[in-house]
Amino acid sequence: MILMKDVHKTYPNGVTALNGINVEIEQGEFVYIVGPSGAGKSTFIRLMYREAKATNGTIMINDLDMSSLKEKKVPFLRRDIGVVFQDFKLLPKLSVYENIAFALEVIEESPRNIRKLVMDVLELVGLKNKARFIPDELSGGEQQRVSIARAIVNKPKIVIADEPTGNLDPETSWEIMKILEEINSSGTTIIMATHSKEIVNTIKKRVIAIEDGLIVRDEHRGEYGYEI
Amino acid sequence: MKFRTVRRHLREGFKNIARNGWMTVASVGAVTTTLILVGAFLALMLNLNQMADNIEEDVEINALLELTLEEDQITTIGDEIKQINGVDSVVFSSKDEQLSELVDSMGEEGKSWQLFEQDNPLNHVYIIKTKDPQDTIKVADKISDLQGVQEVNYGQGVVERLFEFNKYARTIGVVLIVGLVFTAIFLISNTIKITIMARSREIGIMKLVGATNGFIRWPFFIEGLLLGILGSVVPIAAILGGYYYLENNISERINYSFVELLPFNPFAWQLSLIILGIGALIGVWGSVMSVRKFLKV
Ligand SMILES: Nc1ncnc2c1ncn2[C@@H]1O[C@H](COP(=O)(O)OP(=O)(O)OP(=O)(O)O)[C@@H](O)[C@H]1O
Ligand SMILES: [Mg+2]
Repeated sequence: MILMKDVHKTYPNGVTALNGINVEIEQGEFVYIVGPSGAGKSTFIRLMYREAKATNGTIMINDLDMSSLKEKKVPFLRRDIGVVFQDFKLLPKLSVYENIAFALEVIEESPRNIRKLVMDVLELVGLKNKARFIPDELSGGEQQRVSIARAIVNKPKIVIADEPTGNLDPETSWEIMKILEEINSSGTTIIMATHSKEIVNTIKKRVIAIEDGLIVRDEHRGEYGYEI
Repeated sequence: MKFRTVRRHLREGFKNIARNGWMTVASVGAVTTTLILVGAFLALMLNLNQMADNIEEDVEINALLELTLEEDQITTIGDEIKQINGVDSVVFSSKDEQLSELVDSMGEEGKSWQLFEQDNPLNHVYIIKTKDPQDTIKVADKISDLQGVQEVNYGQGVVERLFEFNKYARTIGVVLIVGLVFTAIFLISNTIKITIMARSREIGIMKLVGATNGFIRWPFFIEGLLLGILGSVVPIAAILGGYYYLENNISERINYSFVELLPFNPFAWQLSLIILGIGALIGVWGSVMSVRKFLKV
């Protein structure tokens, strides 16, 4: 479960990205985060896996209080949260296979299981034939799928995706959505920031709209609500 | 940490050497250059030190006994000398032995001295060596205070200056070596730091995927160790080869008793081991210190 109470975030350079966020997300929910560029969506997401720390307010993730969570415990929080980054964040010198395996090596999974789990997830995102490629040898969409594969490979409780379909053609986007729905149906919480009106209006889920660092709308089975 | 993780870190450490291509070459090059310097300098210093030791070893005290002593008095003096702190060996040399030594050392001219054989004017002598050559002066002073000792000789004046000189030379040598090693560490850790700086983004990503600091640090540790070991290969080859050449071609031509190179076996091997140790140390130190900075993500 994710709980935020009166959360503010001001970056060191003085930019206030979040201005009093209140939200509660239950385990197993599927939530879209929408809003114009610069509204604070990525910031909202970064607070959940402690890439950023709130300036004010309370954040609880899986019963852990983010403000009092010790620096040493942060890696363990992150193992329960799979993140698909807006800029992929793949390790440039590692192959696709090694990038995904990294998330499992961190939790000291056995080499046999690592092999199986990585191959399974590669199958799922359709990159089995590119396992030995390094990120530079992949298209943007393929890199994004590697990023998704790494986020879900260790079956985390929460998957957070920052524009996971931003670089994909419509067809691949729908495939990615299918994957996210699939892991959601097995009980994983999905939080997904997106600018895709089509996806939000077609696969109806809870929609949280952020503008100028505030939640302006929060509806179940909501609409995208912006014209592009 | 599970065994599989140890294996994983080892594997990653080795792979990183290959993955980082030119960065690895740069680091290994820096280690190699400095280790050659350190190695050559160490070889020089240790040999000079050995030579200084040799000279000091040659220092002995001659205690000339009074001419009128009876045999048992001579024995008593010998025992008294042995009691003195710091004395290593005491050898008696009669006046006849002293004379024949003198005659021998004079060569042809010495023949004329043989006339004295009937009426030897020399003294009986005790030849004393101290455990630590530095104690020579102190021990000599004590011996000269003994009843029945007429005079002590140990090369007064020269020996004091020799010890003084050696002391300064050693201190300067140690300071230079320490300075050189620290400069080497600084240079190399800077080179390695640059190669790791390029990887600070990667370290940040690893942290975001849930890696602990220790998990990130271990492959760097292995990598640094390998860089150090790789960097000491050429210096060790140079030391072994160069020293072998020196010992076989130079040392024969120099014929002073104290100018004698330390024997190739074991010295060159020991030096190689030291170089390997220093290499491994600076490799690990440079890489672990640099990665520390980027772990605070
Ligand atoms: N690391 C940072 N340091 C300083 N300011 C930042 C930082 N990251 C974001 N900001 C600022 O915070 C505000 C919100 O940014 P954020 O990235 O959360 O927007 P977003 O809603 O994700 O936008 P987009 O849809 O374009 O991804 C912006 O004004 C941005 O300039
Ligand atoms: Mg964003």
